[in-house]
Amino acid sequence: MDSVINLVNAAVLAGTPLLFGTLGEILTEKSGNLNLGVEGMMFMGAVSGLWAAVFYESIAATVSGVLAAIFAVIGSFLFGALGALIYSFLTVTLRANQNVTGLTLTIFGTGIANFLGEILAQNMGGYARVTTVTQGAFANLNIPGLSDLPVVGKLLFSYNFVVYLGIVIALVMWWFFKKTRVGLNLRAVGESPATADSAGINVTLYKYLATCIGGGICGIGGMYVSMVTTNGVWVYNCVSGLGWIAVALVIFVAWKPALGILGALVFGGLSVLRMYVPLGIPMEIYEMVPYVATVIVLIVTSIRQSKENSQPKSCGLNYFREER
Amino acid sequence: MSDGIRKEPVPQESEAARAQQQEEDIRVREAIKTAELENVREHHRQAKAPLVRMVKRDDISRKKAVVIRLAAVVCALVTGGLLILALGHNPISVYAEMVVGSLGSTTVLQETIRNAIPLLITSMAVSLAFRMRFWNIGAEGQILAGAVAASYVALFLSESLGHVPSLLIMAVVAVVAGGLYGMIPAVFRAKWNTNETLFTLMLNYIALCFVKYLQNGPWRDPALNGFPKIAMFGSEARLPKLFGVNIGWIIALVLVVLVSIYLTRTKQGYEISVVGESSNTARYAGINVTKVMLRTMFISGALAGLVGFIQVSGADFTLSENTTGGVGFTAITVAWMSKLNPPVMLIVAFFIAMLTKGAGRIQTAFKIPASAANVLIGIILFFLLGCEFFINYKLVWRKKQTAGAPPKETAKEAVNNG
Repeated sequence: MDSVINLVNAAVLAGTPLLFGTLGEILTEKSGNLNLGVEGMMFMGAVSGLWAAVFYESIAATVSGVLAAIFAVIGSFLFGALGALIYSFLTVTLRANQNVTGLTLTIFGTGIANFLGEILAQNMGGYARVTTVTQGAFANLNIPGLSDLPVVGKLLFSYNFVVYLGIVIALVMWWFFKKTRVGLNLRAVGESPATADSAGINVTLYKYLATCIGGGICGIGGMYVSMVTTNGVWVYNCVSGLGWIAVALVIFVAWKPALGILGALVFGGLSVLRMYVPLGIPMEIYEMVPYVATVIVLIVTSIRQSKENSQPKSCGLNYFREER
Repeated sequence: MSDGIRKEPVPQESEAARAQQQEEDIRVREAIKTAELENVREHHRQAKAPLVRMVKRDDISRKKAVVIRLAAVVCALVTGGLLILALGHNPISVYAEMVVGSLGSTTVLQETIRNAIPLLITSMAVSLAFRMRFWNIGAEGQILAGAVAASYVALFLSESLGHVPSLLIMAVVAVVAGGLYGMIPAVFRAKWNTNETLFTLMLNYIALCFVKYLQNGPWRDPALNGFPKIAMFGSEARLPKLFGVNIGWIIALVLVVLVSIYLTRTKQGYEISVVGESSNTARYAGINVTKVMLRTMFISGALAGLVGFIQVSGADFTLSENTTGGVGFTAITVAWMSKLNPPVMLIVAFFIAMLTKGAGRIQTAFKIPASAANVLIGIILFFLLGCEFFINYKLVWRKKQTAGAPPKETAKEAVNNG
């Protein structure tokens, strides 16, 4: 029993960056932009979150963990959104191919993150890390009364604040798509931009905003990696593939934000499984599990394609008002 | 709108008056219509005319297109220069150092060429698939598949085979392994339209994990006292050199010619283009899309597998998790910068190899991290992607309003005049 609780606990912690990446990409794809740059934007968020926290520490007289965390979240959101802005400008305004632009964003984002990470390390004397106060802000919360509950405390009330932020974003997004006019408009843009356009919806604005906010959310996921997973230390190539799994997860959860929580939990679990469920197979083979699972998900979802759970129709295609 | 006018109580005095009233009504309505139309036109002329319009153009000269692309590269290098400036270095001396560090002496030039070989062949590999609109970003994995197969021969069979036969067998098994590994996602894409972008990508990680497994487990060199490395190949399994660089460069040059011919002069190459344009068109034309897809992905993977062979037998002389060195990803950008055109890839691959090699130099000379190469590649590609717009579209700016627009007639005036 204990080991199951530990596994779920670890799965939540490992799945959170995936959740952010998935949510960001769902929002992006709902606008009809298939942004394959999630990995790049997560990298950008990872380095900028750390950088923002370090920057705050350098200007603050006495470091407050809460403020450092706010700096990290906002910094990563903005830099992730900047990556998405480049993508939007190229694909929406300049009509470049979405696939290639997304791949380029991944190459650029990975490059610039490792680049800036190393520069930061050089500036800090060979090793980029935040102070223990900031580390504390990203540590697991201890909610009086709740965290100490048996079983439930560890399963539900013992995570760092970013985990809860992710769940809140997922639920807000679910409400936004289902219950708000703006959300409905956005879905219309993703399904059929020409129809949305003729209904007076500003397609360009919607695409830009959804993609940039989506990129920002991906950025926060990257920040989670650099602030929580690596404990506030810059590690070369730290995101390494999480962004790509997130892109696949979007398909797995059928573009449903609330389901994203479950998807991220499952894949988080698969990635830590080897530490909790020894099967007697070599570690490196065990490492394959999330990737193999992703492949299986891709195949299964493609075989049982349904109209309900499919990608927004215009995804991957640019909208040219003059050429409709 | 005419409702408002009709609402006035009409005195029911006589037929004549009613007829007159109806006539009046019609005239008012027509006048309103003309005025509205005029208003709309005026509105279009003045306020709603966009500041700038995009017009598709199909008449751009080749020369002009090349100039635009070169301008984009220059802009990208200037942007990169600004980044270098922000770090407190002189961009010109950094760029100069990159050129010296990649072309300055025979040794570095040889190394640059050695780095360009895998890049060139891999970009041809992915461009075969890209021409078919098949997003093969799994070249990394296909290279590793080829490398693993070739390494098996090199480690366990080459001693008894002799030099030339073992190299030939290594090449063949690498090509087959890479090709088959590339075909897996194609099978699913052809049958169920499975997303090939993510599929090929996941196969990269799977191949990488497998190589790590070999390195840590069954193929670990026992002579290294537990250090996880695979043994170096014997001399029978090493590619010979010509002018100081392994003969991979000759293979690459031959392939440039062969792939060019294949793509532009053969029926199969034509089929790839048709499937890329529209698989429905291809089907109507009697092309077996599934067959074309499987065949092309086999060739694409096979070329990548060949790269794996060249890397392990010509550059590293062993297999490791760093065998690909990110070539599979960089090759995608090379392919795209060259517009999927093999002869152009020759130039671009060399240029990117220069950039990567030069970035290693500026790391030691200026302490600028070598990741700068990827940043610069990203920026260049962003600009190239953006500049395509200016090749395909012409911007038409709003013309200045001509003075003295015709005076507007309001509905009321029109009625009075009539």
